[in-house]
Amino acid sequence: MGLELKNLYDDFRNADTIKAYQKIINEDAKGLTKPINIMEVCGGHTHTIMKYGIPQLLPNNINFIHGPGCPVCIMPKERIDHAYMLSMEEDVILVTLGDMIKVPGSNGSLQDARSKGADVRFVYSPMECLKIASENQDKKIIFFAIGFETTTPMTAALLDVVVKKGIKNIFFHINHVTVPEAMSLLISDENSKIDAFLGPSHVSVISGSKIYEEFPRDYNKPVVVSGFEPVDVMQSISMIVKQFIENRCELEIEYNRLVSHDGNIKAQNLNEKYFEQRSHFRWRGLGDIPKSALKLKDEYKEYDAEVIYKEILLSETIDDHKLCICGDILKGLANPPECSIFGTACKPSSPVGSCMVSSEGACAAYYKYGNLI
Amino acid sequence: MCLSIPSKVVEIDKEQNVATVDTMGIKRDASLDLMEDGDVKIGDYVLLHIGFIMNKIDEEDALASIDTYKEIISLMDEEEKQKAILEADECENRTL
Repeated sequence: MGLELKNLYDDFRNADTIKAYQKIINEDAKGLTKPINIMEVCGGHTHTIMKYGIPQLLPNNINFIHGPGCPVCIMPKERIDHAYMLSMEEDVILVTLGDMIKVPGSNGSLQDARSKGADVRFVYSPMECLKIASENQDKKIIFFAIGFETTTPMTAALLDVVVKKGIKNIFFHINHVTVPEAMSLLISDENSKIDAFLGPSHVSVISGSKIYEEFPRDYNKPVVVSGFEPVDVMQSISMIVKQFIENRCELEIEYNRLVSHDGNIKAQNLNEKYFEQRSHFRWRGLGDIPKSALKLKDEYKEYDAEVIYKEILLSETIDDHKLCICGDILKGLANPPECSIFGTACKPSSPVGSCMVSSEGACAAYYKYGNLI
Repeated sequence: MCLSIPSKVVEIDKEQNVATVDTMGIKRDASLDLMEDGDVKIGDYVLLHIGFIMNKIDEEDALASIDTYKEIISLMDEEEKQKAILEADECENRTL
């Protein structure tokens, strides 16, 4: 029997398979000498875990710690403010992905900027900038680029076209961040309760599983790179539990239909051509993380909106609301319902903190699917 | 944000380096700029993310996973059956 598209959806969401893994995990977990806390780093996994009620399927000695979530959640206010300020420039069309619509900066969100007359456009793909640029020759198109490793090469691919075709009115404000550095920070925290990681998978489709090698090797924490479907997550949890009861500590790939050790080399080469590491980047909720983000290389500074608009872009940092405990949630020290403003002053329609901003944040997932635990 | 969608390639435009993909009945174009030349063929399953094909889905690995799932379900069914038989054997009110 060949593969059908339907298989890729249905067979990885099959209730009987989920139940079978539930049984295997519950049986294996009896052999655990102590409870284990698994951090799912990626918001896509948080979403699956909450949507399918996975915590209720598991025994009491397996817990989740919800990780930094998504590139939108961790975007600090000062970067949102950059986008806001750029969009307010008379001759600028600010283009970004739809995820950024309602993320609040200190002056408001990009949606607010739009209601004040700014030309902000939310696109499905960065490549849409090409059409916008050719239709608006008298305007400067600034692509506000966001995303983890998953989304970085798409920005590089757009820049590649811009450079090769000599397009003069497309510029970039780069906010691409990298996952392993944030994982290292979280695991190095003396209060860290993380015992194992569910590794982000679409990050690894691009970067390969090799980017997580340090965690079993240097930190003694197993990593299983997992797909996003509920069966993927259950199978990955089962693999993690088996590592503990068999006294192994390894990097494993559950998502082998898409992830290899080396990843997508062509995409990596494109990234290397145009981007270099920033010395520092501040993550909303987590603070400063060295070498955890990318910027355009100096040789492409003519395309870099941060260089061109240096005069109008503030460089000071802006802290989150005092009552918000997103930082502790991201470190696994607290759960969303423990926050005093969860679901009241802070909800998806009016988010205060980073974990409520995106549908993939831990607070937003708890809000949407109920406080289940 | 990082969720991507399994899709099937139905057409390839070599000139534009673009593939038309089918995502459960919805057809759309996706850039091939992140894939090696000639790597993606009609009939391939791919992962689509913000207008780009990120990677091909390994059909063998996907099928192998699905087979594993079927196997663990049938093992479980077998176990349940055995258990039911044992329970029936131990039933005190059996009338023969």
